[in-house]
Amino acid sequence: MVTALRPKPGPTRNYHFPNFLDEILPSGIRLVTAPVAKLPVVTVLVVVNAGSTNDPKGKEGVAALTAGTLLEGSKRFDGAELAEKFEQLGTSVESGADWDSAFIKITVLSGQVDKATKLLGEAISNPVFPEREIERAKAERLAEILQLETEPRGLADEKFSEFLYTEESRYSKPDEGSSESVSALSRKDVEEFYRSGYRSGSTTVIITGDISTEAARALVTRAFQDWPSGRAPHRPLIAAARTTRKSIHIVDKPDAPQSELRAGHVGLPRNHPDFFPTLVMNAVLGGLFGSRINLNLREAHGYTYGASSFYDWRRGPGPFVVSTAVQSEVTAPALREILLEIDRIRGERISEEELSLARDYLDGVFPIRYETTAAIASALATLVIYDLPADYYDSYRKNVRGVSADAVLQAARSHLHPDELQTIVVGDARVIRASVSDLNVGDMHVHSS
Amino acid sequence: MGLHGGQFKTMRIPVETFHLGNGLFVTLSEDHTTPIVAVNLWYHVGSANEKAGRTGFAHLFEHMLFQGSAHVGSNEHFELIQRAGGTLNGSTWLERTNYFETVPSNELALALWLEADRMGELLPAMTQEKLDTQREVVKNERRWSVDNQPYGTMLEKMQELVFPPSHPFQHSLIGSMEDLSAASLDDIAKFFATYYTPDNAVLSIAGDFDSTDARKLVTDYFGPIRSGEGRPALPPMNLPPVFGSRLREVVYDNVSLARLFMAFRSPVFGSEKYYAASVASAVLGMRKGSRLHRSLVRERQIAADAGAFTLDLAKGTDILVVDVTARPETSFARLEEEVEREIDLIHREGVAETEVKRAIALIETDLLASLQSAGERADRLSMFATYFKRPELVNEQADSYRSVTTQRVNELISERFGEENRASLLYVPKEGVEPESVLTAAAGTG
Repeated sequence: MVTALRPKPGPTRNYHFPNFLDEILPSGIRLVTAPVAKLPVVTVLVVVNAGSTNDPKGKEGVAALTAGTLLEGSKRFDGAELAEKFEQLGTSVESGADWDSAFIKITVLSGQVDKATKLLGEAISNPVFPEREIERAKAERLAEILQLETEPRGLADEKFSEFLYTEESRYSKPDEGSSESVSALSRKDVEEFYRSGYRSGSTTVIITGDISTEAARALVTRAFQDWPSGRAPHRPLIAAARTTRKSIHIVDKPDAPQSELRAGHVGLPRNHPDFFPTLVMNAVLGGLFGSRINLNLREAHGYTYGASSFYDWRRGPGPFVVSTAVQSEVTAPALREILLEIDRIRGERISEEELSLARDYLDGVFPIRYETTAAIASALATLVIYDLPADYYDSYRKNVRGVSADAVLQAARSHLHPDELQTIVVGDARVIRASVSDLNVGDMHVHSS
Repeated sequence: MGLHGGQFKTMRIPVETFHLGNGLFVTLSEDHTTPIVAVNLWYHVGSANEKAGRTGFAHLFEHMLFQGSAHVGSNEHFELIQRAGGTLNGSTWLERTNYFETVPSNELALALWLEADRMGELLPAMTQEKLDTQREVVKNERRWSVDNQPYGTMLEKMQELVFPPSHPFQHSLIGSMEDLSAASLDDIAKFFATYYTPDNAVLSIAGDFDSTDARKLVTDYFGPIRSGEGRPALPPMNLPPVFGSRLREVVYDNVSLARLFMAFRSPVFGSEKYYAASVASAVLGMRKGSRLHRSLVRERQIAADAGAFTLDLAKGTDILVVDVTARPETSFARLEEEVEREIDLIHREGVAETEVKRAIALIETDLLASLQSAGERADRLSMFATYFKRPELVNEQADSYRSVTTQRVNELISERFGEENRASLLYVPKEGVEPESVLTAAAGTG
C-alpha cells in the first residue's frame, strides 16, 4: 500500500533569473549578455525593431519577407553557401519577424560561437536579397497561405484577427502578409525595408550561455562592425476594433468533424499597468489545465481535447481570445459554457483556492521556464522589446504574489467585454447554424470558405 | 558539468542506478545549477501491446491515469503539480507510455508520491463516468489531430502500409472510433494489472536533489507496490531488412498541397547501424543545407518544404521517412518522380564526407542543447533504461554519432535505399485533380 499521507514541501531554495549585463556599444548597438556556463552551448539572438507592424500600408508581409531572406545571400556568399557554412559549424539558424520585431537566432557549441557569430554579422550586414530567392520565398509564403484553406486551426486564427480589428489596422491582416500583398512585393521593397529599419539604434544583440561578457562584447563589436547607424522610422499603430457590437461569423466547412472556435475581443498592450492582475485572472479563466474553461469543456463535458484563453501580449493591444475545437454537434452548448464562464468571472470574486492555484503556479514555475540558453535569450528579448525595467524578472514573482482576488475581479470587469465579443466558428454551418442562433452572440454572418 | 569551449567529448551527465525489490528500475542524475527537479516514468507498454479490437487503448489508458487514484481525486494530480509550480504531462507511443513532471526541487516528494499512488492503487478511483468522459476527450483528440487536420492520418496510414498485418506496429496508435467506444472498465483493470507494474517501469529523477534523500523517498513510496505476474510476450517482431517490393498508397484527401512520405525499413533504434541511418536521414532532410532542401526547395523549386526523420523504434525494425511537400504548381506525379530521382541518385552514388560532417555537427548541437533541460535528461535516461537496461547510454550518444563514418552511411544507403525498400504514402488534393495525371500515376503503381 502506498502511504495515504501527502508529503509536505521541503524548504525552498532560492532562485535568481540569470544575471545579465545590458550596455550600449559605441556603434549604438545594444548588447545584453547573460553568461550561463552549465553546458558548452551559446545562443545569439539579434532583435531588430523591424517587425510586421512596421510594414508600410499595402506592403503587408515585407517585414517577414526581409527577415526570412536576410541569410539568402551576402556580398561574399550565396544562400546555399551560407547555409552550408553555418551548418558545417553545427549552427541551428532561424530568422523571421513577429508583430513587434525581426529576429535572427543562432544556437551553437561554444567552441564554434566566434566563427558562427562572425559569419552571422557579416551576412546580415551585407545582404544582397537575390531576386531569385525573394521570388522563391514569396512562392513559399503563397503555398503556406493556400495550405490554410484546408487547415482549420490556422484559418480560424486568421479569420478571428480579420473580423476583430478595423481594416485600417495592421493586426487585421496576417503578419506574414496576404496573397494579394505578398504577390505585389518586390526585391526593391525588401531592400528599402532593410535599409530603413536594420540600424544600430534599433538593434539589440542578446548572448546567453557559455561565454563571458568580455568575450561577447569583443565578438559583437567585431562581427557587427559594418552594421549601419541610425534608427528605424516609427510607424504609428492603429489597433481599433472593427465593431463594438457583438457578432458571430461562421466560416463554412461542410462535413467538418469539429468546429474550430474562437471568441474574444481587442485586449491590452503589453505595457498596461494591469498586466499582473490580468495575467492571474486569465490563468483562472482559461490559462491553466485546471482553469475554469478547460475543466468545464474538457473534464466536465468531454466536448473537446482542450480549451484555453489568453491575451496575446504585443506592443499594441493584441487580442484576448478563448480558443478550442469541439465536436460539431456540441458547438452551441460549448459556446454557451464559454459565455457563462466569462460572465461568472466578471460576476463574483474567485475563491481563495483558485487564486492560490494561479499564483502558486505562476510563481513556482518561474525557474522551470529558463532552463535553456534559447529560453533565457527570449526572456531578455521581451525586456528589450517591451521596454520593461531591468529588475522585471527579479520582481516578477513578488508581483504575481501581490495580486488579490479583488484585483482579479477588477481586471475581469475592466478587461473582459462580453458585450463586444466576436465569435468565429470554422465548421459545418448546416449543423451549427440553428443551434448557435439561439445564443445571444449577436448578428450571424455565414461565409463560404 | 560547467565545461568550457566546446569540450563536448568529455561532457558527461552523472548516472546512478538501483533496483527496488519489486523490480522497479531507478535512475538518478544530479545537477544543482537550478532548484528544479524532473521526475519521469516510462512504462514498457504502448499501442503494440493492444489486443485485437482495442486499438487506441494504451493512449486512452494514459488519459485515465490523470483521473485520480486511491488517495488522489479526479484531476487532482494536475492541480497539485501546478499548485506546486510544476509542469507535467504524459504521452503514448508504439512501444512505451511515459509520465513526467518538472517541479521546484523542494516538491520532489509530492511528484514521487503522486506517481507511486497511481502505480500502486489506480483502480479504486476508476468509474464508468470518468471512462465515458475521457473516451469523449480522446475521440475529440482524434478529430482534432487526425481527422480534421491536413495529413493528420499520416502515422496511421504509414503504419498500415509499412508493417505486415498482425505485426504489433501495424495498427493505429490513436485508435478507431469503434474500438474506443468498446473499451470497458474491465479492460482498464486488466491492462493495469498486466502492464502498470513496477517491474515493467523505469523511474528517472534528474536535477536538484540529494541522492540519499531521493533513494529513501523512492523506497518508501514505491517499495510497497507489488510486482506484476508477468506479461504476455509480444509476437515476433523481426522483419527482413527490406520490404521486398515497392509499396505505394495514394490518399485523395482534403489537403491543399500534394505531399509525399517515402518510408524505408531501417535498423532498430540504438543499434550501431541506427546511428548511420540517423545521420543519413539528417544528410537528406535536416535543415536548409540538406540534400532534399537544397535540391528540391532551393534549386529546382518544386517543393515548398522537405525533411526526413526516423521513428526511433527499438524492436524489429525502425522506419526512416522522407517528407516532401509540393509547391502548388507541382503535380503529385512530378513530386513523386523528383523525389524518386533524388533517392536513386543517392542510392547510386552515395553521399560525400562534407555532407556527413554537416549532419553530425547539427545533431551534436541539438543533442547538447536539449540536455539543458532536466525533463529531457530524465526522459532519455528512462528511454535507454527501458529499451536496453543501460541508462548510461545517454552519455554515449554523442560518441556514437561522432564515430559514424561516410563509409558506414553509404553502406547503409546502399543496403536500404533501393527500390525494393521504398514505401510511398502520397497525399493528393482531392479537389482539382486532373484525371489524366491520376491515370499516369496509377499505371506506375508497383
